[in-house]
Amino acid sequence: MTTTTMDATAYAAVPENKTPRDWRKALIIVAFAAIPLTLLIVFTYLPFGSMVSYSFYKMKYIGTPRWVGLDNYVQVFTRPDTLSSLKLSLYYAVGALIQVALALYLATILSFKVKAGNFFKGAFFFPYLINGIAVGFIFKFFYTRGYVLDTVLQWCGFDLNNLPYWLMDQSINNWSLVGASIWRYLGQTVILFIGAMMSIDGSLYEAAELDGANKFQQFLHIILPSIKTILVLNVILAITGSLSAFEGPYVITSGANGTATYFVLMDRLAHVNQKVGLASAMAVVLLIIILICAMLQQLFFNYLFRDADDGVQKARKKARKASRARQRVAAGKAPLFRNSSPAVATASAATKEVA
Amino acid sequence: MTAMTETPRTMNKTNAPRPSHVARGEVSNAEYWKTFLYNAKVWFFLFLKYFSLVFCAFWFLLPVVSCFVTAAKTEREYQTTSVMQMPANWLNFQNYIDAFRLSNMAVAFRNSLIVLVVVLVITTLIGTQLAYVLSRFQFPGNAVIRMLFTVAALLPGIAMQVSMYKIMTNLHMVNTLWGYIIMMCGTDVISIYVFIQYFENIPVSLDESAIMDGCSYFTVYSRILLPLLKPAIVTCLILKGVGVYNEYYAANLYLQDKSTLGTVAISLYSFTGPQGSKYNLICAGVIITLLPMLILFLAFQKQIYNGIAAGAVKE
Repeated sequence: MTTTTMDATAYAAVPENKTPRDWRKALIIVAFAAIPLTLLIVFTYLPFGSMVSYSFYKMKYIGTPRWVGLDNYVQVFTRPDTLSSLKLSLYYAVGALIQVALALYLATILSFKVKAGNFFKGAFFFPYLINGIAVGFIFKFFYTRGYVLDTVLQWCGFDLNNLPYWLMDQSINNWSLVGASIWRYLGQTVILFIGAMMSIDGSLYEAAELDGANKFQQFLHIILPSIKTILVLNVILAITGSLSAFEGPYVITSGANGTATYFVLMDRLAHVNQKVGLASAMAVVLLIIILICAMLQQLFFNYLFRDADDGVQKARKKARKASRARQRVAAGKAPLFRNSSPAVATASAATKEVA
Repeated sequence: MTAMTETPRTMNKTNAPRPSHVARGEVSNAEYWKTFLYNAKVWFFLFLKYFSLVFCAFWFLLPVVSCFVTAAKTEREYQTTSVMQMPANWLNFQNYIDAFRLSNMAVAFRNSLIVLVVVLVITTLIGTQLAYVLSRFQFPGNAVIRMLFTVAALLPGIAMQVSMYKIMTNLHMVNTLWGYIIMMCGTDVISIYVFIQYFENIPVSLDESAIMDGCSYFTVYSRILLPLLKPAIVTCLILKGVGVYNEYYAANLYLQDKSTLGTVAISLYSFTGPQGSKYNLICAGVIITLLPMLILFLAFQKQIYNGIAAGAVKE
């Protein structure tokens, strides 16, 4: 199916006078684009399309689906478990904002000369490379009663009897999971920020120092504006990422004790309860939220860079106005000096006539 | 504030030159306090900087280090001592051997290696080829294809597994290694972006002169552009490799015969059963699975950092 449509586009690409080179061009386009496009359509757009259509049916993996219209969507927003799982993403959103702030602080330190800087960078980043299952086990072990975290806190003088059960106590267990998520993804954000900060011109700091700016002012007025784009991008990614938090709660607590995030719940509904229609509707809702975030991101970037664009447009407008004015003057239709007294205007007209 | 880099000594030299009367040895009280306060401030920020680094690094290393500690303990040691107490013998490899055997890791590593090699070869080939076509030829549909890939990056992968499962069943790709491999090749979007970006930095005049010399388009791609693309390929290989090696969700869903088809992540997950509380074994298993990543990280630190930066531009 894909190959035929690709052929069609490729033929259309060939202009009227078909030289051998054009044929070869068409051939290479078809040969190189056919496989990736087929894969993309079969494994991304086909599932996407059927997911959208499933969301209007009450169905299981086997058996005949029954059309229910928007009922699944109504359920997404009325079932208590989906609503509470949506609320859970707030924990992850807060965690993600903490992550961005902490990453900004650490990246600022590490982007300057620091003793053992590479070691610290590596220590923060390495968790990102560990697989989700291993992270799950590491943190199960870490949070278990009387194990790693409790032992270290006891070193610091806490009494074990006053410490909560990190993964069972409903008032704290979501924060424990958020902590694990920060542990895993902080390093990536740090590396991104460092990359952006490295591209700042070093002479800016020198100039600022000569002008008497302290380090905090340098951070506020040099670093922050320079990494604005990547910062906003990360905040938005953090928000969409918090909606799709999955592996942590899936492996560490299996979604028990009120830790079932949106994705964990969706997975359970789809593969354990076999409510395929409802799970699909949840996925579509999530997709719409992500698309809205993406659009907001676009709008925000337009807003951020509006000044620059405005500047260019203003300059163009001004230039056009000036050139029009010059033409008018040249045609003798306008006075040479605006707001000038009539006497001067007539004088200038007189000089023109003389000329 | 956070970016204190100079030591107090040099700071004092550059920013606060000694007044002449100080040089003569007559230090006024006010001057003395001013210098003292200044130094105190600088030392304080220096302390704050390293304190926050060490503090964060401690909490980041602690979970992994505690795994190393526990993995070296014997069964009795694990049950009688506190988890943070150092093991009697650091070179006790019995847990590693047991974990490797119990969770069938030999098969898992073989499967993971097959998946990794095939997926990386295929995605690199089709990724660079598509990027070549998209960046070098203007044809109707070029913009549409780019848009298709951009939108695909926004679609939540895990969410679509619900309908993907039906498609995989219809294609008879469930419970086969090759089916999983093809699916992993199909859901790769980020590396195409990275390749397009790199291609656009390579001047087109290079291709043109090669074509003048009689090269075909394929030779231009394979002999001229592919070697130039090496840094981008290394970056994508590492990122994609890490992703494939760590992938669990789809592997769990589609490779149902765990004893023969399991990947490393799946075999690690098998510890959740009856061995669920034998953390000396589990920690050994965790260490075994993260060892390849640790080696990769130490060897390619710089490329990995670059890859993170490149992949994020369009994420």
